[in-house]
Amino acid sequence: MVALTVNPPRTRRPSARNDGNFGLGKRSHLLDAGGYVTLIFAVLVMSVPLIWMVFASFKQPNELYSMPLQWLPESFDGANYAHVAQTLPIGRLFLNSVMLTVVGAGLKVILGLTCAYALVFIEFPYKKIMFTIVLFTLLVPQQITIIPNYTLVSQLGWLNTYQGILVPGLASAFGTFLFRQHFLSLPGSVLEAASLDGAGHWRRLWAFVVPMSYPTISAVLLVSLVAEWNDYLWPFLVIDNAEMMTLPLGLTLLQNVDGMNNWGVLMAATVLVTLPMLVVFLVLQRRLVAGLTAGAVTG
Amino acid sequence: MTAPTTTEPITSYTSAPQPETAGTAGSAGIAGASGLSQGGTPGRPTGDQPRTATRKAQQFDVRKWKQYLTFLALAGPNLALLLVFTYKPLLESFKFSTLQWNIGSPSARFVGLQNYVEFFTSPKTATVMLNTAVFTIATVGGALVLGLALALLLNRKLKGRGIARTVAFAPYVLSGIAVGILWLYIFDPRYGLLGTALGWFGITSPDWYNSSPWALIMVIIVYLWKNLGYVALIYLAGLQAVPQDIYDAASLDGASKSRVLRSITLPLLGPTTFFLTITTLLSSLQSFDLIHAMTQGGPLGSTTTLMYQIYQESFVNGRAGYASAAATVLFLILLVVTVVQLKYVEKKVHY
Repeated sequence: MVALTVNPPRTRRPSARNDGNFGLGKRSHLLDAGGYVTLIFAVLVMSVPLIWMVFASFKQPNELYSMPLQWLPESFDGANYAHVAQTLPIGRLFLNSVMLTVVGAGLKVILGLTCAYALVFIEFPYKKIMFTIVLFTLLVPQQITIIPNYTLVSQLGWLNTYQGILVPGLASAFGTFLFRQHFLSLPGSVLEAASLDGAGHWRRLWAFVVPMSYPTISAVLLVSLVAEWNDYLWPFLVIDNAEMMTLPLGLTLLQNVDGMNNWGVLMAATVLVTLPMLVVFLVLQRRLVAGLTAGAVTG
Repeated sequence: MTAPTTTEPITSYTSAPQPETAGTAGSAGIAGASGLSQGGTPGRPTGDQPRTATRKAQQFDVRKWKQYLTFLALAGPNLALLLVFTYKPLLESFKFSTLQWNIGSPSARFVGLQNYVEFFTSPKTATVMLNTAVFTIATVGGALVLGLALALLLNRKLKGRGIARTVAFAPYVLSGIAVGILWLYIFDPRYGLLGTALGWFGITSPDWYNSSPWALIMVIIVYLWKNLGYVALIYLAGLQAVPQDIYDAASLDGASKSRVLRSITLPLLGPTTFFLTITTLLSSLQSFDLIHAMTQGGPLGSTTTLMYQIYQESFVNGRAGYASAAATVLFLILLVVTVVQLKYVEKKVHY
C-alpha cells in the first residue's frame, strides 16, 4: 500500500545511462526495501489474527484475562475444546456440515454441467434468452428471496430438515456461466466425431466433455464447497434444532449460550469451523484461485 | 389500520404458483417445439418423390423432438430450480410488499402502498440508508484501492510473494461468522490484541462495541480484512494478463513508474475493475454474517444496513410486508446501479 506512494528519486536519464547499472541498481534496491517492508506488514496483518485465534483457543482464563497480554499459551491443553464438545453436539454438527457441503456442492456442479451442456450443444428455441435468465439471477439479491422462500419451505414442512437447507440454494448460475464459457472453447471436431460414432448427448457429456473440463469442474466444485461450508443466513433461518445445525450455526449458538466474552471457548469453536476450510484451501489453492479468477477473466 | 380488512389466506400467494410456473415453463417449451416441427412438414404426400421427402421430414421431426426432450432433461432441473427459488420469490416479494403480514402467519391484510410510504417517510430509513451507503462505499472503495495496491506489490518479483499471496487470500475462504467472532475478540476493549497494539503508539482504543461511529468502522475494517485477498487476486490475474511488451515499450520511451501505472496499467485493468465493482458491490450490499456475529445491528441501530434491517423486520419484528417493501427498493437500486454501470462500461472500458 505504501509502495504505491513512494516515488523513487528521479535520476536524469543521461546520467542513469552513463553510470548505467550502478544508478539503476541503487534505485531498485531502495524500491525493493520498501516493497519488502510493505509485504511483511501485509503478511502480519493478514496472519496474526489467525495465529492469535489458535493460541487463544488453548489459553486458560487466567492467561486470557491478564495484562499485559501473553502470546503463547502455557500449555497446549484441550480444555476449551472439551468445553465446546460439552455444550454442542459437535460431532453431529461436523457431520451435518460435511454432508450438506459435499452433497450441495456436488449437486450444484452436476446441475451446472448439464445445464451448460444443453445450452451449448443442444438445439433449442430461445436458448439465448434462457442463458440470460440464468445469468440475471446473479443480480437478484438474497434479501429479496429469503422471505418468500422461507414461506414456501415452511409450507412444505421443510423447516429443520436437510432438504430445507439444501434445495432452495441448489440451482447453479455461476457454475452454469463458467461451464458454458469453457464449453464454447472446446474443439467441435471431437464432439462431431463422437456424434458420428453414434454417441448420444448423455454419453457425449460424460465420456467426452467432462474429461476435457476437469480443471473447470474442480474449480467450480471448490468454489461451491467453500460457499456451502460457510453458508450462514439461510440455514440460520430454517434451522433451530441443535441436532440439525451446521458448524457456523453452532458457533453463534455457543456465542449466545456461553456469553460474548468466554474467548477461550469461542476461539476453540472458531478454530473448529475455520480449520477444515484452511486445510482445503492450502492443499488445493491453485484450483480454487483458478475458479475465482476464471469468472473475472472471461467475464 | 383503518383500511378495510380483507383477510386473505396467505397460502393463495405462496403455494399455488409453484407448480404453475414449472408447468408453464415445460409446456411452453413443448408448444414451441411442436410449432416448429409443424413448420418443417411440407404439404400432403401426392407422388413418389414427395412421399420420401415427407418421411425424411418426419424422421427429422422425431430427431428434433428427441433433441428438445434431451435439452429439457439436461437443462430443465437447473432452470426449474431457478424459476421456483429465484424468479417466483422475486415476483412474490412485490406482492408481499403490499401486505401487513407476520411471516409464518396464515393471514395477511392488504395495505396497498402503505409499506412504501412508511419506508420513505420513516426517520429510521434515513439512518439505515446512510449506514448502508457508508458501509458499501467504504468496503467497495477500500477493497478496490487496497486490493490493487496489494496486487501491484504481489506482482513485483519479490521473494516470498507466493506465501504472501496465500496468506492474504486465506481469510476469504473462512466463514463470515467465525471471522466476526475472531475479530470481536481482537477488538475486545480490555483484553483485545488491537487495544494493546494501539497502546504501543500511545493511542487509546475507542470503545469499539458500544460507541456510534466506531462499531460501524470496526465492521468495515473486518470486512476489508476478509475480502481484500479476493480483490487482490483478481487484480493480480488482470495484471499478469497485460503483455510484457507494452511495459518494455513504455520503459524504452522513458516513462516513469507512476506514468506507466496511470497511462497503461490502470486503463488496461478497466474491465477487471468493472467486474470487481459489480461483484463486490453485490456481496457488500448482501453482507449479513459479520454484522450478525459482531454487532447485530447495534449499538442503537448504528450498524444496521438495509440487509440487516430486512432480516430484523421480517424475522424478529414480525413485519414481513414492510421488509418486502424494503427489499424491493433495494432490488430496484441494484438494478439501476448495474444498468448504469453496464452503460458506462460500454462507453469507457473499450480501448
